[in-house]
Amino acid sequence: MNTQKISFDYSAPKTLLIKLSGDWRISAGFPEAGQVVGQFDLHKEVTRLEFEASRLEKWDSGFMSFLFHLSRECEHRSIFFNRRGLPDGVRKLLDIALKVADAETVLPRPSESLLERIGGKAIEVTGGIRFLLDFLGEIAVGFWRMLRGKSYFRRDEFFYILQACSVGALPLVSLISILVGVILAFIGAIQLQLFGAQIFIADIVGIAMVRVMGAVMAGILMAGRTGASFAAELGIMQVNEEIDALKTLGISPVEFLVIPRLLALVVMMPLLTLYADFMGILGGFVVSAGVLGLNPTEYWNHTQSAVKISNLWVGLIHGFVFGIIIAVAGCLRGIGCGRSAAAVGEATTSAVVEAVTWIVIATAIITFICQVLGV
Amino acid sequence: MEKKLLPVIEARELSLNYDDYMVMRGLNFRVNKGDIFIVMGGSGCGKSTLLKALIGLKEPDAGKVLYGGKDFWADLVLQNQIMRGIGVLYQSGALWSSFTLGENVALPLQLYSNLSGSQIREIVELKLALVGLSGYADFYPAQISGGMRKRAGLARAIALDPEIIFFDEPSAGLDPVSARLLDELILQIRDVLGATIVVVTHELPSIFAVGNNSIFLDAEAKTMIAEGNPKDLLTHSSDPRVVRFLTRGER
Repeated sequence: MNTQKISFDYSAPKTLLIKLSGDWRISAGFPEAGQVVGQFDLHKEVTRLEFEASRLEKWDSGFMSFLFHLSRECEHRSIFFNRRGLPDGVRKLLDIALKVADAETVLPRPSESLLERIGGKAIEVTGGIRFLLDFLGEIAVGFWRMLRGKSYFRRDEFFYILQACSVGALPLVSLISILVGVILAFIGAIQLQLFGAQIFIADIVGIAMVRVMGAVMAGILMAGRTGASFAAELGIMQVNEEIDALKTLGISPVEFLVIPRLLALVVMMPLLTLYADFMGILGGFVVSAGVLGLNPTEYWNHTQSAVKISNLWVGLIHGFVFGIIIAVAGCLRGIGCGRSAAAVGEATTSAVVEAVTWIVIATAIITFICQVLGV
Repeated sequence: MEKKLLPVIEARELSLNYDDYMVMRGLNFRVNKGDIFIVMGGSGCGKSTLLKALIGLKEPDAGKVLYGGKDFWADLVLQNQIMRGIGVLYQSGALWSSFTLGENVALPLQLYSNLSGSQIREIVELKLALVGLSGYADFYPAQISGGMRKRAGLARAIALDPEIIFFDEPSAGLDPVSARLLDELILQIRDVLGATIVVVTHELPSIFAVGNNSIFLDAEAKTMIAEGNPKDLLTHSSDPRVVRFLTRGER
């Protein structure tokens, strides 16, 4: 049906005359501009494109897009695009569309070689590292000024953040930690049943939760919950010029916005770690006593004897370090956020990805150090 | 009261870039005490970038910004000192969203004065009343309209009775009546506080209503192409780009 709307006439030398007919509205459908481009490929001698539209009935922006595409193609192939045969309205619209396109078109960047792209990436990474170091330096200065009572510290704001990253996170931390305890208990049971040593499930669950898993689970949850929230909150403040307003008042955004958040997470993460440890042990206990039929008292005694105070310290150190990582990643991305909604989304994603990555890296480093120290 | 610096701004051969992209070059102008100085030009000509250089948010790539004859970007301590004598009303109002309007206006006073809590509350009420927001001290920015947010931003900008106030696109996003009221407020603040005012805008009614001196930035020339009273520029400028802008392209 569409092919009946267009026909090609080559009677004039070096000229393609397109005869248009019928309804060219989007709702009625129309031929693709590619058909005409195909004619250009078949008839390389064509240097002029003309139109005959006496039988054209109705048209809308569908027809305009067809012509717009053809016009660009003609420009690209140095073919003269003669608008004379088109209806007046179409000619005017085409003038506007092509004019706006010329004015708004961004000049294409020259293509970069592989070496240039590697160099560009290296400069970008160096800039990122410098930004991180500046940020950490500002945090250090901010803490020093806070300790000397010279920075502006809003207690209400601090307690609000403290509450948001503690009580608010408990339901999620509870659920995940209990389930991790349950999973550890089941996995342990499968192997230990072979040796009739199921009671050692208490040791596995207790040590794993207290030493690493409680902190890691709490850390990952807080990275997704609070780290993302920090990045989005500060990012939106950046978009709304609220951070600029702080700077022009001579207030350091790091002192005003970052230090309270960092402090809140550094205080809360070890506590959340303890809570996650307890919930994980509880999960393992419920499975062992309720499903695997172990003696609850014996299980509890085994847990107590297996979990040393050193394990607890290792877990708390994990929590403390994760608190710093999550707060720094969230605030760094928030403060460095661009000035658009998309930039806030990118900042939030980066904050979570970086925090989780660094949590895993930090866990590996702490585990290695503990191994070397024999802790 | 500590002695404040002379509130006169001067730009000398100022150049501003974003990475390799040059925004403006060779800017030379002077803002005199008591002026309502307009920085005008079409979209994308660098008005907001220039504002950033004047209020400490973007360091110039060349040239100098002088406040009372002192180089604003040469010394951070001096820069901080100067910045305490300026107020800024941002395009969006830029109120801190977790603070009430009262807390927004109070913060500069808490930071830079030794006033008691009750004195600060009184000043906050006064500043809010000056911008027509009496009784709104306990409202959060999200609870008020865009025009009210701008006025609250202005109350914060004048909290410390600054000698220079910068306005970034004050009429943007406001209905014509609110825009006119804000223009009147700008004139009143200049008269009442004796402040020097710099307005970055491309809104013609505001430009003619409040400005007594101006510069015109041009995106293609990448510098200022006219300077003077906006009304004089309208009648006497021989530069077609300036006339075209000031007549909305009608001449």
